Amino acid sequence: MSYALEISNLKKIYANNIVALNGIDLKVQEGDFFALLGPNGAGKSSTIGIVGSLVNKSSGSVKIFDIDIDDNFSEAKRLLGVVAQEVNFGNFEKVIDIVVTQGGYYGIPLREALIKAENVMKRLGLWDKRNDQARTLSGGYKRRLMIAKALIHEPKLLILDEPTAGVDIELRREMWQFLKEINDSGTTIILTTHYLEEAEQLCKNIAIIDHGEIVENTSMKDLLSRLDVQGFVLDLNKPINEAPIIDGFPMRLDDPTTLVAAVSKDKNINELFKLLSEKSIQVNSMRNESNRLEELFIEMVKR
Amino acid sequence: MYRRKEIFNSLITLSIKEIRRFMRIWVQTLVPPAVTMSLYFVIFGSLIGPRIGSMDGLDYIQFMIPGLIMMSVITNSYANVTSSFYGVKFQRSIEELLVSPMPNWAILLGFIIGGVSRGILIGFIVYVVSLFFYPAFEVVNPGLTLLVLFLTAILFSLMGFINAVFADSFDDISIIPTFILTPLIYLGGVFYSINILPEFWRNVSMVNPMLYVVNTFREGMLGVSDVSIPFALGMIFSFIVVFTVVCLYLLNKGIGIRQ
Repeated sequence: MSYALEISNLKKIYANNIVALNGIDLKVQEGDFFALLGPNGAGKSSTIGIVGSLVNKSSGSVKIFDIDIDDNFSEAKRLLGVVAQEVNFGNFEKVIDIVVTQGGYYGIPLREALIKAENVMKRLGLWDKRNDQARTLSGGYKRRLMIAKALIHEPKLLILDEPTAGVDIELRREMWQFLKEINDSGTTIILTTHYLEEAEQLCKNIAIIDHGEIVENTSMKDLLSRLDVQGFVLDLNKPINEAPIIDGFPMRLDDPTTLVAAVSKDKNINELFKLLSEKSIQVNSMRNESNRLEELFIEMVKR
Repeated sequence: MYRRKEIFNSLITLSIKEIRRFMRIWVQTLVPPAVTMSLYFVIFGSLIGPRIGSMDGLDYIQFMIPGLIMMSVITNSYANVTSSFYGVKFQRSIEELLVSPMPNWAILLGFIIGGVSRGILIGFIVYVVSLFFYPAFEVVNPGLTLLVLFLTAILFSLMGFINAVFADSFDDISIIPTFILTPLIYLGGVFYSINILPEFWRNVSMVNPMLYVVNTFREGMLGVSDVSIPFALGMIFSFIVVFTVVCLYLLNKGIGIRQ
């Protein structure tokens, strides 16, 4: 099995003796779209920082496409693109210069870097802004610029640390589509995010990190299948005074026309509608109570 | 293997970026030394200089020109690397370099090329300005002059790099130039020969490293010096080696740039 990223017993202890990573193991297969989730301070950015050479590891090993970063970090870095959480470019430089210069740091000759920059910037909708000073860009365009920089050398592994933080919904959807295309074309993607919907929509596999340890590492499908109960919000066509009592379907009334029902995996939702109908309660519309992954996530990091 | 040509391309990229940075803000980087040095030439050269008379057998303005050129080279080489490297740390764009496969020696060399380019360009500008005030000036030993100019710019670029690595605020990049470099330069024989000092202060001056830089440069330009040239060149070269090793150690350890 070929791994894009293989982390073994990775530890990071900061100078103030804070243990950020307590010997984590992680494997990401080539071609995967992988989510690394965790609450603030769990160790996500430390992990990404070590892989991207922004943070020194205390011990353990990191391999990128079988290249140990301790043996040949330069070669490993050529295969890697990193989109950091914080903006990390010169604010007074022109957008095109930032992207071309990043290509130059990877050893790409100027003429070739200009062609590559044009391609990636056009794909990201950034080409019209090429002559603007970076500081004049909106938050969304700054994010695009960060991604363009990370893709200029066509990495085989792209790591994004909360790429859609603070980005509006429309741009977030556009970026999801772009990342899916990149992944479909063969680039392995590792994503950290606070938007659990984002991980659920995009990622095939997932690891959850908490207090510097991996508490879960599985496929998204497997994780979601562990949900025993789902909550459904039912909008009623007429107000009622109290939640009906129906055996096997615990319910609560949020307001006179909003009923929330818990439906376990072994129950059929049609059965619920039938029983409600027998009690003369008609449902106009229905939606999930909350993000499904969120429930699992909260449960796991609470342990 | 990360091929030599790719390392060369990355080094060229960083060097161009560094040179473009100080050229883009030329009003802040190139014009002030020209203005300041013009004032020195007017006041100390043309107005007060004739009353001072000669220094080491030379017209005072003529004596002062190498010192003022060297002062500009030192301060600008140093300032270029401190402000640029601290700037990329402050804006986090240092991460652009850290994630790339550029070797640390190439990163260091890129910043040093920026500092040396600015230092030498400023040196040339001040020299041209000096010709307006002393058109008869002739360089006695161009080879030695260029060698010292180049080595001095390298040395103070390296020192600026170390300052920037340890700097945590903009204050930290101005403390050393203000409180250490400037006094040492002013007392390092820019405006006078140490032969006019009492013996005690002449001996004290001999431990000032700037004295060797300024006097070696003066030897190249005018053929007069208060110090031994081979010794001074040896010291400059030795310090370059020592500071290069220190800079590479800091970069390899990630001190000041990696958590």
